[in-house]
Amino acid sequence: MKDIRAKILSNKKIRHTYYKMVLDAPYIARTAKPGQFVQIKCSDSLEPFLRRPFSIHRVNGNIEILYETVGKSTEILSRKKEGDFLYILGPLGNGFSLTYDSHPSETRGSKLNLEPRAIIIAGGVGVAPLVYLAEELAKKHIKTIVLIGAKTKDLILCEKDFKKTAHEVYVSTDDGTYGSQGFVSKLFHKILKTVESRFDTVVYVCGPQGMLRCIAEICQERNFECQVSLEEKMACGIGVCLGCVVKTKTGNKLACKDGPVFDSSELLW
Amino acid sequence: MNIKIGKIKLKNPVMVASGTFGYAQEFEKLVNLKDIGAIITKTITLNPKVGNPMPRICETSGGMLNAIGLQNEGIDNFIKEKMPYLSKIGTPIIVSISGNNIDEFFILARRLDKIKSISGLELNISCPNIRGEGWSVKGGGLVAQDSKATYEVVKAVRKITDKTIITKLSPNVTDIVEIAKASENAGSDAVSLVNTFLGMAIDINTRKPRLGNITGGLSGPCIKPIALRMVYEVSKNINIPVIGVGGIMNAYDAIEFMLAGAMAIQVGTANFIEPGVCGKIVKGIEDYLKKHKIEKIEDIVGNLDIKGKGAE
Repeated sequence: MKDIRAKILSNKKIRHTYYKMVLDAPYIARTAKPGQFVQIKCSDSLEPFLRRPFSIHRVNGNIEILYETVGKSTEILSRKKEGDFLYILGPLGNGFSLTYDSHPSETRGSKLNLEPRAIIIAGGVGVAPLVYLAEELAKKHIKTIVLIGAKTKDLILCEKDFKKTAHEVYVSTDDGTYGSQGFVSKLFHKILKTVESRFDTVVYVCGPQGMLRCIAEICQERNFECQVSLEEKMACGIGVCLGCVVKTKTGNKLACKDGPVFDSSELLW
Repeated sequence: MNIKIGKIKLKNPVMVASGTFGYAQEFEKLVNLKDIGAIITKTITLNPKVGNPMPRICETSGGMLNAIGLQNEGIDNFIKEKMPYLSKIGTPIIVSISGNNIDEFFILARRLDKIKSISGLELNISCPNIRGEGWSVKGGGLVAQDSKATYEVVKAVRKITDKTIITKLSPNVTDIVEIAKASENAGSDAVSLVNTFLGMAIDINTRKPRLGNITGGLSGPCIKPIALRMVYEVSKNINIPVIGVGGIMNAYDAIEFMLAGAMAIQVGTANFIEPGVCGKIVKGIEDYLKKHKIEKIEDIVGNLDIKGKGAE
């Protein structure tokens, strides 16, 4: 973890209110795991006052963040130019656990001789931490299915990026303008009916609270491991201010330090 | 840059404020802990506290509100899990404590008194998010809002420990000088001021308060002028050192507090925004002393020029 003055290499609108920023931060790029985040000081003035947390979207020598302009900080960020500098603190948080990591023979699926499989589910701007995850899963040769949901066609993000790494990519829109009609949880149900079950499935999900809860319930019924990436307001980002408490079965946890990724079965929704 | 607060020798006057620096380990990769004058821990209580409901923080103009509610694991966990690391740092460690009644303060102080590597105690009698149940404070207020209750708490702790006692005062009072005097009379070695100002913020669309606790403590640069005025008033009227705290973001702010009468300062909310800020403040004060050819840091403490009144 370091606080780095990083140069902005590019900052572009990708569609509507969504932007992608590339930052020259080799230390963070080298050490970041999928699901971790950075705290960015968006302005030198006292307003906005606190830093803002952003998921690490992709890592490629540099780091990328994907953000939506939703308030003062992100408005200011969207006006930053190539060559400007920003203070970024990171990498922070725990990140996703890639359970297939080092000892595949010892993973719980092996007893039943199941093949590992990942299902990534993104809602809206919740795609932000999941593209890097998909890339890492691909490196580990994990069969990955991606489901992307958004309100309408124009708000579907990163479909192309996912198609480069994942085996199958499905889309749903609330209004049915693209892909299946309905929430992404409905699409998840549908996909589960059509794919075979000889897999040891881990579900990775990021998106609005209601959606997370819905996906977590489906995973619980199916006995899938489900890792959810939560979003909370934060001040420090390093486990000090105790502002981003998440209630779990084992007591108060911090989204910034113990999370932002939690095993959904641990959460008290 | 050396100063002394009670029995504690500090290599510089820059401390970190309770609740903004955890138990120091969280910052080990971000700041050289040896550069800090003293480390004040997050407040600990006798029993673990789960704290207040979410949301607990909210940004405001030039500052933030918090209503954490002194979440901590209690003294047993603190001694077992946090003290071993804190003991090794080599920087004076001041443990912030809070209790629901005088007995709890007394028990906490008695247990911490036995730990050699603790240099002092800061009595948090001013957290605006906690209401003591066993207090005889009028109107159910804070200890730091009542000079008699303040006197009793400090006196009880003084009885059990020779370690340096710092009393942290609340700005949410009519006359902070009166409370500071009560603390001095009861044997406190220093006072730190100010804790946060009680405030609130509302989401006008949902008509809900922005904090789960409805109200919370305001900190950050927005409170600095008021904190500075209070430090000025208190330091003129008591004989123990005053430690200035409230919205210090840089060395200039720190020097202002010292000119107003603070022997030392605490950096709080700024740690959240710039985790390496304390090192920069120490360096900035050194530069200021050099520039103005001041040999000893004490020479600027309270050295406010009020002849001919304001600066032009």
